[in-house]
Amino acid sequence: MRIGIDVGGTNTDAVLMTGRTVVGWAKSPTTRDVSSGITNVLQALLAQTQVAPQDISAVMLGTTHFTNAVVERKSLSKTAVIRIGLPATSALPPYIDWPEDLTAALGGVYYLVHGGYEFDGRPIAALDEDEIREAAQKIHASGIDCVAISSVFSPVNPDQEKRAAEIVAAEIPNVKISLSHEIGRIGLLERENAAAMNACLSHLAVRIVQSFRDALAGLGIQAPFYISQNDGTLMSAEFVEKYPVLTFASGPTNSMRGAAFLSGLKDAVVVDIGGTTSDVGVLSQGFPREASISVRIGGVRTNFRMPDVLSFGLGGGSHVKTEPLEIGPQSVGYEITSRALIFGGNDLTTTDIAVAAGMVDIGDKSRVAHLESDLVVSAIRRMAEMIEISVDRMKTTAGAVPVILVGGGIILVGDSLAGVSELHRPEHASVANAIGAAIAQVGGEVDRIFSLDAIPRNEALEQAKAEARARVLESGALPDTIEIVDVEEVPLAYLPGSATRIRVKAVGTLAVD
Amino acid sequence: MWSLSHDDVEAIAIGAGILGTGGGGSPYLGKIRMQHLLRQGYTVDIISLDELADNALTCEIGWMGAPTVGVEKIHAGDEAQWALAALEKYVGQPLDAILCSEIGGSNSIAPLEAGALTGKPVVDGDAMGRAFPKMQMSTHFIAGVACTPAVLVDEKGNAILLSHMTDSFALERFTRDLCVQMGCTAMLALPVMRGIQAKATSVPGTITLARHVGEAVLAARASKDSVVAAVLAITGGIELFTGKLVDVQRLTARGFARGELVCEGLGADRGEWLHIAFQNENLIAWRGGQASRDQVVACVPDLICLLETDTGEPITTEQLRYGLRVTVLAIPCTDQFRTEAALKIVGPSAFGYHDVIYHPLPKQAGMGIQ
Repeated sequence: MRIGIDVGGTNTDAVLMTGRTVVGWAKSPTTRDVSSGITNVLQALLAQTQVAPQDISAVMLGTTHFTNAVVERKSLSKTAVIRIGLPATSALPPYIDWPEDLTAALGGVYYLVHGGYEFDGRPIAALDEDEIREAAQKIHASGIDCVAISSVFSPVNPDQEKRAAEIVAAEIPNVKISLSHEIGRIGLLERENAAAMNACLSHLAVRIVQSFRDALAGLGIQAPFYISQNDGTLMSAEFVEKYPVLTFASGPTNSMRGAAFLSGLKDAVVVDIGGTTSDVGVLSQGFPREASISVRIGGVRTNFRMPDVLSFGLGGGSHVKTEPLEIGPQSVGYEITSRALIFGGNDLTTTDIAVAAGMVDIGDKSRVAHLESDLVVSAIRRMAEMIEISVDRMKTTAGAVPVILVGGGIILVGDSLAGVSELHRPEHASVANAIGAAIAQVGGEVDRIFSLDAIPRNEALEQAKAEARARVLESGALPDTIEIVDVEEVPLAYLPGSATRIRVKAVGTLAVD
Repeated sequence: MWSLSHDDVEAIAIGAGILGTGGGGSPYLGKIRMQHLLRQGYTVDIISLDELADNALTCEIGWMGAPTVGVEKIHAGDEAQWALAALEKYVGQPLDAILCSEIGGSNSIAPLEAGALTGKPVVDGDAMGRAFPKMQMSTHFIAGVACTPAVLVDEKGNAILLSHMTDSFALERFTRDLCVQMGCTAMLALPVMRGIQAKATSVPGTITLARHVGEAVLAARASKDSVVAAVLAITGGIELFTGKLVDVQRLTARGFARGELVCEGLGADRGEWLHIAFQNENLIAWRGGQASRDQVVACVPDLICLLETDTGEPITTEQLRYGLRVTVLAIPCTDQFRTEAALKIVGPSAFGYHDVIYHPLPKQAGMGIQ
């Protein structure tokens, strides 16, 4: 049996699953230190399901801890960047276009050294090992032990980054090194930014992973644990210690993956209705569609694989104003249990409307009996329209699409929506996030520029696919479950000679349970 | 004359993104480079074509190459200075001012960087009033300005001087191959022109135009007004279509990102479709049915721009994907591209659409691209 945990802003949710069955679930308030909230929810879950800790074979965790550390500029380590690319790249040094306070938190130290590759793998300049050694010595002398290394076109050829890492490791004892080609894709600044953010989280990652480990051990759970990353696949605890940055934005992904799992649908629109906002995303082959535009995290531009999510202000706690009718974006949030009319409060919320309409029976419904039926009907209609518009904006074809509703706020939705072919309200929809975390899949990606003059297109594609599969296998997947889920070819513009960027993503089921 | 500010750069980058008509490369890296230079104390003076002396020596500064390579192999930063120095050495005297080659996309900022680093003023104007994929698609060359001497420089400091090319088509062929040798990005300084030639053959005021478009977009966003309306008010363009992207087909052809997109109408355009052919930039727009192109509603050299309906963000042809809500604008191009001779080089037939006839979009006097 395995446990999925989602550490959200308000609640920490946990589910116990065996195979495809949800055995039980629990919710508990998120705590400041995170790990005691995890302990609380796990205690509740184990007590409720009467399962012995030693019967747990794996624990999967979704956490916003590392994103929050960057956003709040807390617990970050001083980080030096070594960029290999001279004479190119000096126009824009590392840390450019970062918020000043975040650069200050990391120290803003960088070194540019000679090397790097052209798009076709030719060297820009020979790697200057002495320059790297000298930079490493200076970094060591300044007391910094976190280093990010980037190199031009390292996704095409990572050799120079790897060699630089060896040199740095020889000069700085116990150094934490982040290599850009292991973290990001093409786009030097964005990839380097991700590597620097990863490096500055190195020490925190070790501490956090240890505190999770301790929390589990304290409950007698000896199983390995995994943390979910932003593409919906899992990383081992050891991997997270090295690549904490890959946990960024895993929340919406988990909820969409959970929705896919619970409904059994692979292609659908997911509407996750929370207390204050709703998130609409699109499932394509069981995975969230990715945003095509760069995403800023903590003010820093990145090119992470982020799910394409549309958020709007409708939740179970949204304020309802009358004359004229207005819903949200203000919300009573987690105070719903004291401020909503049905709970004895004085605020008219969307949940009160749902109760008045007889769509759900919670709280004291006599407290909403006075609401005019016209108001109730038009408010229900308005909420449906808000969802319909967002679904229509996100869907990829003109026809009606299946929609999966998840989250605590799905009580606001009636039996049908315009433009929707089937409306799914799966069981356990309120803990879809934690279920999404518990789906044991691991992934691997290749993103590289191939010269299709040098090798035929089919061979290039096969090579990229084989490498992606190998990466999934390395991550611990069962070999016969590995499948290619995404292939993207983009010809490079304004160039003769068929240079094409090929991205391949593969996933497989983790060998647990 | 005006002096470039941090906010001006922000606005120019937004305006240049829209005038890029789907191509031209993202102005983002150029923008942060230019703002970095301003923070370091560099300044740039922008002068109007009227302020340029007739006998002043000028040349264009701009990049050629693949935007996808440009975001990875970032420039050294000295390329413009090297290119200008090589050109000045050849002509035997200093250049007085810098011209912009292409206001659409990333080349809007390149001359500003060069101006900051060399102290030379930048002339408010360019040779396209938009973005175009090939060197010959220039008001200067169409008007008969000699395209050489020209200098091509890479980030390593390799500088190649082309002392004589028979025409801009030859220049395009030679420089494209040299650019690949240089790792697919190269800076170009060309052609050397007198002020009097630049005045007669440039599209005037386009740096200011890009700035005004960007300022209008920022103001509309701040006041929650329509970004589309703000862009139209500055450019004198028309709204062609509002809809949703329902199909994108891409083809690879000699390094150009060719393809076609289909938009399904929303609101007033419900029940109709818009088809757009692109080759890095958007080329031709047809109204029609789901699978039929019935009527050309805009085509090159007029500008066809896709904006995300809600945010007003320009959408490049690389970002096209199913489901995007777009408003399609058409903006009248410079009059210099509307002559019979120019249309052979920048009209639909130059892109292989021999059956499409160019009908110029109506222009409002004194508005938009002159």
